[in-house]
Amino acid sequence: MNGGGRPLVKVTDLVTHFTRRTGFLGARRETVQAVNGVSFDIAARETLGLVGESGCGKTTLGRTILRLVDRTSGAVRFDGEDVFALDAAALRRMRRRMQIVFQDPDGSLDPRQSIGRAVREGIEVHRLARGAEADRRVEALLAEVGLPAGSAARYPHEFSGGQRQRAAIARALAVEPEFLVCDEPVSALDVSVQAQVLNLFADLQARRGLSYLFISHDLAVIRHIAPRVAVMYLGRIVEHGPSDRIYARPLHPYTQALLTAVPVPDPGKGRRRIVLAGDPPSPVNPPPGCPFHPRCQHPAKDDRCRTARPELRELGAGHFAACHLAGR
Amino acid sequence: MTGATARAPLLELRDLAVRFTGPDGVARAVDGIDLTVAEGETVGLVGESGCGKSVTTLAILRLVEPPGHIAHGSSVRLEGRDLLALGPKEIRAVRGNHVALVFQDPLSALNPVLRIGAQIAEAIRAHESVTRSTARWRAVEMLAAVGIPDAERRAAAYPHQLSGGMRQRVVLAMALACRPKLLLADEPTTALDVTIQAEILELLDALQRKLGMAVLLVTHNLGIVAERTRRVYVMYAGQIVEEASTERLFAQPAHPYTEGLLAAIPRLEERRARLQAIPGQVPPATAWPAGCRFHPRCPHAWEKCAAEEPPLLDAGARHKARCWLVEEPMRRKK
Repeated sequence: MNGGGRPLVKVTDLVTHFTRRTGFLGARRETVQAVNGVSFDIAARETLGLVGESGCGKTTLGRTILRLVDRTSGAVRFDGEDVFALDAAALRRMRRRMQIVFQDPDGSLDPRQSIGRAVREGIEVHRLARGAEADRRVEALLAEVGLPAGSAARYPHEFSGGQRQRAAIARALAVEPEFLVCDEPVSALDVSVQAQVLNLFADLQARRGLSYLFISHDLAVIRHIAPRVAVMYLGRIVEHGPSDRIYARPLHPYTQALLTAVPVPDPGKGRRRIVLAGDPPSPVNPPPGCPFHPRCQHPAKDDRCRTARPELRELGAGHFAACHLAGR
Repeated sequence: MTGATARAPLLELRDLAVRFTGPDGVARAVDGIDLTVAEGETVGLVGESGCGKSVTTLAILRLVEPPGHIAHGSSVRLEGRDLLALGPKEIRAVRGNHVALVFQDPLSALNPVLRIGAQIAEAIRAHESVTRSTARWRAVEMLAAVGIPDAERRAAAYPHQLSGGMRQRVVLAMALACRPKLLLADEPTTALDVTIQAEILELLDALQRKLGMAVLLVTHNLGIVAERTRRVYVMYAGQIVEEASTERLFAQPAHPYTEGLLAAIPRLEERRARLQAIPGQVPPATAWPAGCRFHPRCPHAWEKCAAEEPPLLDAGARHKARCWLVEEPMRRKK
């Protein structure tokens, strides 16, 4: 599970369950098993792509790593330090080094605050610079993310969606992080603008040596941005490894179905499509055995799939899949 | 799905224009659209946010709400009948009965406090004089036809009890209950996960073949256009900028905007070092650029492009593009 080199981020057996109220007036409580035993490493300057459909737990996983939500069990180490063992002051120092970019930039931009103020905030909170030096940094950051000169004095509503996402990225970068969780950061953007922002992420990584956990439901976006990919289903990683291998020869039946489901902009290219039946099961009540077995179309599906949960097995160089039948 | 362009068009838009009057002036959201859909045909209408594709769809059924209005001189014909000249009662009879509409968000089409079977039955009874029990029975039949398991029992469910994919199936069942000749599908799968999207698109295909209905598929997703349509219109800044058979559009796009879109999509099969982004942003509808509306973002633009607005020029093989390069290909920069 290692991308080579000493891991900057090391996630071990991470479990995040949370309770939510449900039923009439919230009378009942239920436990959502959002993340159910996930392990991976991310090396410095590396991008790990995390792909999965809604409700698979990918967003909760990203937030747990940053300790924005509490874990149930398992560990997250950042640069060797146990993130969940830090006291408040140490956590604040750690937070400077790991930031998050959301799908909706409005989640990190206050509409009443100028773009310049939004970017400057982190610089001041972490006492990285003051006065004219802080101004200079804000200008440099806005230029770096490709916003026009004079943007600092303007307000979020004066910008397009793509520009607001650039501003949110500048705000995340202001504290000079080493690691970014990018949670669907281009999903709300039109394709022409999405390409601009994806290129920006690539440029920033090359220039600043950033590591990314890049979360997306879009397999083509993940293919583009991440040399290594993890596929998540119902709280678990069901397949991971080098993108080149997984996209060319997926081993898990879920990954296979996902890849054939993507409409390809190439008319006349006939493809065999694996159409799944039904919706993903609820993470409140995941099925026993393999979490994917109720929807799995594998012809050799048997009792073991229904009763025994498959562990990730290495089936090729660095290529893991959690399927009893894969590689057989 | 047949290439029936030789037949009389089922739907014909001529010079359709929709304007919105607001504090920033008049927005020409849709600005002179010509578009046809033949019987049984699947046509794509593709473009990015703000290009006017959704407003076009709404205008076909006269569902544009103030401050928007359909401009004088616009024409919308369904089987030759001028929909813009119909009275309120007549246009209501067209909606749902001859032409059905499906949106991205199924919840916007469903009544949250009514059981789904009852909603479909109500839609049937609004257009056909059938008994309550016949409508009920047909509603259950439609739910089964759109792949809802245990349809008879599920007919008693409320929308919130269903998943997003199931809700969109219900919306399809409702839209198709009166066997419309034309379905306007505006981003019908955009809110859905990719595996569910595949299920819904397969279902739509099967239903279309069964009912012989035409579909105008409005989407931003070029993959869906490539796989599901035979002919396609590309919209930019309120105008059609290119039209062609789907195969031709993807093989040899003539408009630099279409080319740009195709180059900007990340691909599954190969990793490109860099995506080719289209520089800049879509301008606001209150201030379309003079000349060609794409010229400020176009890599090939020259003086003429800023000065003169190109018409849709004939690029051969029923292929048209709103670009001066069609006439002056030597101007194309390498």
